[in-house]
Amino acid sequence: MEIIESNVPGTQVASEFWIGVRDSIPLMVGMIPFGITCGIMALTAGLTSGETILMSMCVFAGASQFIAITMLGAGVSGWGLIVVTTLLVNLRHLLMGASLAPYIIRLPVALQALLSFGMVDETYAITIDRIHKKGYSASYQLGANAMFYSAWILSTAVGVLLSGYILDPLAWGLDFAMPAIFLSMLIPRLVSPTALLVCGVAAVVAIIGMLYLPGKWYIIAACVAAVTVGGLMEEEAEHAN
Amino acid sequence: MRTEIFLIIMGMAAVTFFTRFASAVLFRQTGVPVWFGRWMKHVPTGILTALIIPALFLPKGYLDISIHNHYLLAGLVAIVATCLFRNAIITMGLSLIAMLSLRFLGV
Repeated sequence: MEIIESNVPGTQVASEFWIGVRDSIPLMVGMIPFGITCGIMALTAGLTSGETILMSMCVFAGASQFIAITMLGAGVSGWGLIVVTTLLVNLRHLLMGASLAPYIIRLPVALQALLSFGMVDETYAITIDRIHKKGYSASYQLGANAMFYSAWILSTAVGVLLSGYILDPLAWGLDFAMPAIFLSMLIPRLVSPTALLVCGVAAVVAIIGMLYLPGKWYIIAACVAAVTVGGLMEEEAEHAN
Repeated sequence: MRTEIFLIIMGMAAVTFFTRFASAVLFRQTGVPVWFGRWMKHVPTGILTALIIPALFLPKGYLDISIHNHYLLAGLVAIVATCLFRNAIITMGLSLIAMLSLRFLGV
């Protein structure tokens, strides 16, 4: 199944890269508006253009950038709180990384690191689809990563440029874009009773936490409660079988 | 560039890279333990819910369940749009139109 790339000619490696680029295009239609919104929101929240673009270049993680920007906009500037939240939001990457580990461990460590840096939800999905169909190709994965990385930075920059022309987006309710996008990500996940219960617990803890906990700790409280309930339900289902 | 923001960005970059690279290092021999997968499975649902619900129910910091809460009404539009179209762009577009209409009409 797997293609060992050291054995294939250079031209084939190059064409695999471009096939990865090509296969990324349909999914990018969904990502570009996120980048633009990210740029607009960052400036609205009080970040400078340079800070906003640097964040997209270094972090390259849509959801956690939105969250960090929201926190900064709400006056939260604690390093630990924002970094720990970013860590929690991105914990899911541990699992994606684990599933790709069998394929990338034979590559040079520097290439492993580069491929891991570019692993976001979309590029992961594109890569495993390719593994399923034709086997693993590092060049292909690199092509998909490069495409998403460039588009993320460019669309953030477009958002930064546009934000000057939109008068106070918050007064228009444009800050609603973020919960709307998150809802469209959340709802398809609610397919099992366990997922619904996890969502319900997180919702109740988030509201109580928002009312009674300092800062943005309600996010962490809700997530820890939800994961505990979900984990226990999964364990129980496992024992019942 | 403010130092404080720069340090936050670098911290975010470091932990994000850690989450993407650690598994390749950690699980290269053993594979992912089953129990770990079970517990991590619900993190995205928990996080997304924790971000959405307060934005809809407490947009101004206090609990507001009424027709004057535009965020809650636009949220209902977003839920219906997601169930019908399963497309993030359509959901965002329709619920933003709902939001702008509510503001414009002054409901």
